[in-house]
Amino acid sequence: MELSGNTLFIKDVLVLSNAEFFIRDSMRLLEDFDQERLEINLDELGLIDTGGVAALDLLKEKMGNKGFEVDYTGGKEDIRRKMEIFSLDNPMVFEGSRKISFFEKIGEGFERIVRDYMSSFLVLTANVVYWSISDIFKSKRQRKGEFYNQAVLIGVNAIWIVAGLAFIIGLVMALQSSAQLRNFGANIYIVDLTVIAMMSEMGPLITAIVVAGRSGSAIAAEIATMKVTSELDALKTMALQPVRFVVVPKMHGSVITLPFLTIIADIMGILGGMFIAFVSLDITPQVFVNRMAETLYNRDIFIGIIKSLVFAVIIVLTGSFYGLRVKEGAEGVGKVTTTAVVVSITLVMVADSIMGLLFY
Amino acid sequence: MRENNIIQVRNLSASFNGRDILSDVSFDVFEKDITVILGGSGAGKSVLLKHMLGLYEPREGSIHILGHDMAGLEEKDQKQMYLRMGVFYQNGGLLNSLTVGENIALPLEQHTDLNDELISRIVWTKLQLVNLPNAYGLYPSQLSGGMLKRAALARAIVMDPPLLFCDEPGAGLDPISLASLDKLILNLRAQMGISVVIITHEVSSILRIADRIVFIDEGKVIFEGTLNEGLESNVEHVYQFFEKGKL
Repeated sequence: MELSGNTLFIKDVLVLSNAEFFIRDSMRLLEDFDQERLEINLDELGLIDTGGVAALDLLKEKMGNKGFEVDYTGGKEDIRRKMEIFSLDNPMVFEGSRKISFFEKIGEGFERIVRDYMSSFLVLTANVVYWSISDIFKSKRQRKGEFYNQAVLIGVNAIWIVAGLAFIIGLVMALQSSAQLRNFGANIYIVDLTVIAMMSEMGPLITAIVVAGRSGSAIAAEIATMKVTSELDALKTMALQPVRFVVVPKMHGSVITLPFLTIIADIMGILGGMFIAFVSLDITPQVFVNRMAETLYNRDIFIGIIKSLVFAVIIVLTGSFYGLRVKEGAEGVGKVTTTAVVVSITLVMVADSIMGLLFY
Repeated sequence: MRENNIIQVRNLSASFNGRDILSDVSFDVFEKDITVILGGSGAGKSVLLKHMLGLYEPREGSIHILGHDMAGLEEKDQKQMYLRMGVFYQNGGLLNSLTVGENIALPLEQHTDLNDELISRIVWTKLQLVNLPNAYGLYPSQLSGGMLKRAALARAIVMDPPLLFCDEPGAGLDPISLASLDKLILNLRAQMGISVVIITHEVSSILRIADRIVFIDEGKVIFEGTLNEGLESNVEHVYQFFEKGKL
């Protein structure tokens, strides 16, 4: 390449492999260019490809932006033909990359949350709640055995993991507290602490987190796969409501089984606490049970059960919502599954805090 | 005999699990021609393509592409060779997690030093060439079957390869989309001067675009020549293929 007067002579070869250097070198060469008009002469150019044409167009645009008038001159027939074919004839396509201001981004983000998430989540919630209640009285609307299948998948199969985890948490909680209580001579309060914490807080929470991780992800993945493979469309064209057919049995299954799972978690957590109380603080099981009868009120048990019902609804709704939102094929299934688990655990925590404030 | 052959396949034989898939296959592909490799299902077309792409080692024989023996290439040379070939897969082979624009830009980002602005211009140019100017930000799952094929074609030609391989490009397309894809391949050949090797058994497509045909039957080349020679051929299978395909 050579600059002579107002003409830039492009020589030899301009292809993908040297396009980047060409732009860099030519801009350096034209740094002090002071004429009104720049001619890019292509007479000595032997070979050009898409990358070369893109580089020439970019140079023309950059010089044009600086206020110079830029034209191509000369060039063999083959070169001119390629310039014509590979030049972008629609500069509008670059509009997409225009800079968006900070406030515009906030506005767009808020609009997207309201439009894409909140409204469709509310619609799904309304549908699921309506069909879940109305279908209790119309057993023919569900596939035979579907409720049983879902109850086993979501609830029964989770018993061992929930029970084991609750026992360990009850154990650890009591172990950590026992040292402090012993210092104050308040050993017996280990019972109050373990029982109330497990019944109204830890039991429902542990159960919900396990079920969200186990079944929430399964619900999202199953529904997303059904959408990607057009199974949901097939249901629609068979005049079956996908939400009613797919989501409602899961909702019934989880709402029925989660309270039972929570009760199992409560019992196992208390057993863990009882074990530590006996080993570490010399409180016999007999004394532990007697104290528990004085400490535990029906209210605490009901709060735990109400929480577990709310958590069950959150887990199924979140899993279904993200499953139904899948867009990008197989990759998308993984993405919505992860999001469903993260969001459902977060929502469970938020709901737990709100209910905690309401009930105390 | 023409001399500008860019692919030379000589006495190629391949077998899997003791079963012969290709035996003594020889043919040439010439510069700027559209060569169609055709034959019935199970004839060995896809295995032949995989050998040409260097994905399988020949049991016997050789394949020379752009003057290089595909079997004897070092890894580095093989990579250079792949940069000079575009491959258009039957199902598109686009990555679903990337947009169409990102898919097409991928080879440029990985194999060149071009900056984002130049890459984006080249991608737009390719999208324009395949008549998909508005697909830059769309995901493959948002495209129709025909659009998906065109996007895959844009990715196959993004490095301006002198040679393009197409594996069953028309599979799953309706006749109108297929005709439009054929027209696109013809245009690309005219505009970019690339040589094209197409594996297909779509008779309508072969009649529209082929300069030369190589007919494979039970792993053997039973006919090689121009399309017109093929249409007038007395070879039983070739004759039947075109006659029944026209119905």
